[in-house]
Amino acid sequence: MPARADQTPKHRGAGCRQRLLFFAAGRAFRMSALLEIRNVGIRFGGIVALSGVSFEVCAGEICGLIGPNGSGKTTLFNCISGIYRPSKGDIVFNGQNLCTIARHRLAALGIGRTFQNLALFRTMSVSENILVGAHHFGRTGFIANALCLPRVRREEDDAQRRLVELLELLELAAVAAEPVANLPFAMQKRVELARAVIGGPKLLLMDEPAGGLNHSEVDVLAELIRTLRDRFQMSILLVEHHMNLVMRISDRVVALEFGMKIAEGSPQAVQNHPEVIRAYLGGRAHAAVA
Amino acid sequence: MITKPGLLAQTARIPERNAIVWRGAIVFKLIGLAAAIAATFVFSGYHLFQLTMVIIYAIAILGLNIVTGYSGQISLGHGAFYAIGAYVSAILMTQYNLPYWATLPAAALVCAIVGFAIGLPALRLGGLYLALTTFALAITLPQILKYRAFEDWTGGVQGIVLAKPDAPFGLPLSADQWLYLFSLAVGVVAFVLARNLLAGRIGRAMRAVRDHPIAAEAMGVHLALLKTKTFAVSALFTGVAGALGAIAVQYVAPDSFSVFLSIVLFVGLVVGGVASVAGAVFGAAFVVYMPNVAEKISKAAPDAIYGIILIAILFFAPSGVAGALARIAERVRGKDRFKDGIPLQGGTR
Ligand SMILES: Nc1ncnc2c1ncn2[C@@H]1O[C@H](COP(=O)(O)OP(=O)(O)OP(=O)(O)O)[C@@H](O)[C@H]1O
Ligand SMILES: [Mg+2]
Repeated sequence: MPARADQTPKHRGAGCRQRLLFFAAGRAFRMSALLEIRNVGIRFGGIVALSGVSFEVCAGEICGLIGPNGSGKTTLFNCISGIYRPSKGDIVFNGQNLCTIARHRLAALGIGRTFQNLALFRTMSVSENILVGAHHFGRTGFIANALCLPRVRREEDDAQRRLVELLELLELAAVAAEPVANLPFAMQKRVELARAVIGGPKLLLMDEPAGGLNHSEVDVLAELIRTLRDRFQMSILLVEHHMNLVMRISDRVVALEFGMKIAEGSPQAVQNHPEVIRAYLGGRAHAAVA
Repeated sequence: MITKPGLLAQTARIPERNAIVWRGAIVFKLIGLAAAIAATFVFSGYHLFQLTMVIIYAIAILGLNIVTGYSGQISLGHGAFYAIGAYVSAILMTQYNLPYWATLPAAALVCAIVGFAIGLPALRLGGLYLALTTFALAITLPQILKYRAFEDWTGGVQGIVLAKPDAPFGLPLSADQWLYLFSLAVGVVAFVLARNLLAGRIGRAMRAVRDHPIAAEAMGVHLALLKTKTFAVSALFTGVAGALGAIAVQYVAPDSFSVFLSIVLFVGLVVGGVASVAGAVFGAAFVVYMPNVAEKISKAAPDAIYGIILIAILFFAPSGVAGALARIAERVRGKDRFKDGIPLQGGTR
């Protein structure tokens, strides 16, 4: 992997524009839309959490999703991963309508996610947590496992190979056997990321991966997200309040407010969009980006 | 890339240490097994029978542990599966002249099917439904067993008396000794199968469901199916224990399987250690020996003594005997796991 941390912002901007052109062309032919959010709406009692949200995420793209607190970002994630069923609209992934698919089948279809407030298996070790992410690859059942048949061992070896790769990549090898609850917050977030990535998702939903990280850690995370995208060839839908991070690594950004899409486009375009500036209380977004 | 130098050295050290711990555990188990076999010739009569019952309760508690300890679903009526296993074994031996050993797989199968049938609706509802459904089953079952229409099979209130199996192949063992060794063999097989199941993909999914069902489902675990199958397997283990129990006691009757049996199994589970395979053995020992100990301490109020000891154990070892032992072992092995600040790398705290 070439190190990108030393690139100047100017270079990075140029790279993004190129990629954007590429994806713009793809969208024109409707070739590479991996995820289509079509007019999605959902309400909780009187609260309209999402209303008529539409956008697409293309194959290989990092799509940023921003918006003030309570604008519906996590709700949209929960709709995509089947935890909520939207009352209006469709979510189409790879040509399949997700709204009719059982939650536990989404991982095998290629949708992985992390959670805003960690959702780790607290009593289990780091390795075990990550291995659960590979559960859907397995075909062996209770009897085969109890008897420890050769195919169980083959399956376990495959999972272990993927595990070792991710432990190295995410610098978790030293704590692989630790109970996950003993780790500091930032490391727990990496465990969650590894758990999502080991499942080989085509689309990774990341809900505030930079939450609780300090400045240098955010820089490492930015590199990491891009590395993961390139290495595992997935699309990423990234919810994040850390504007610097979003604007730096997103190919495209979608902005929500009160459950509605208020802007969409290149990072520059979105961060200069008047609606976005207004939503972030007149220029707070600017301040964050600068 | 982002790997810092020095990290790999630490990585390499850990599996090595794990291997040593693992080999230590194997040696420990072999010594335990040798001691268990030696006990055949050290103890006799009632003492050997008690040891047999420890093994049998250990299998039953192991079954309960699979569903309650590992997958987090509370069953308050596992005694019902013990009873079903016992009756299946007794009926097959007396009515169909099946050899005693052949009744174990039958009891296993019947209990797994009953467990699946009960678990399917109860687990879909989630929460405490399983606890209440199983509790209701445990309350109902003794009366069903007494029911007139089934009397030809179940023997009604009288129950069924069984013959004690002799040692096969002309082995120079008394019937008690053979029964003990047979139970030990079944117990070892049961524990190895359970350990395999719990250590692998399925066991991880069970614990994931217990710790965070929403995340487990997002990782591709079919919650309802996994929980139901887990419950069926749990019923299977406890049912085999019941069948062994019938053979060991040579008698089954409805009143041997009151709700109290379910509570006793639950006590054994908690005292031994929830989510610990070895804990089942400690729990079983408590269940078998503690009433005698309490009686020795006070003839007047053994139940009160039992209760006080139970509370004391839970107070001083909230994670059960197995949990307490694990903590002691950790302390003996040294606190250096967190030295070198390894887990703090890249951390914010
Ligand atoms: N299960 C629910 N029941 C009731 N209201 C809900 C539920 N889930 C979300 N909401 C509401 O929907 C709105 C959107 O919430 P959501 O969590 O999606 O916001 P968000 O954009 O993720 O905010 P944040 O940046 O703070 O994480 C909020 O008003 C929230 O209170
Ligand atoms: Mg949120």
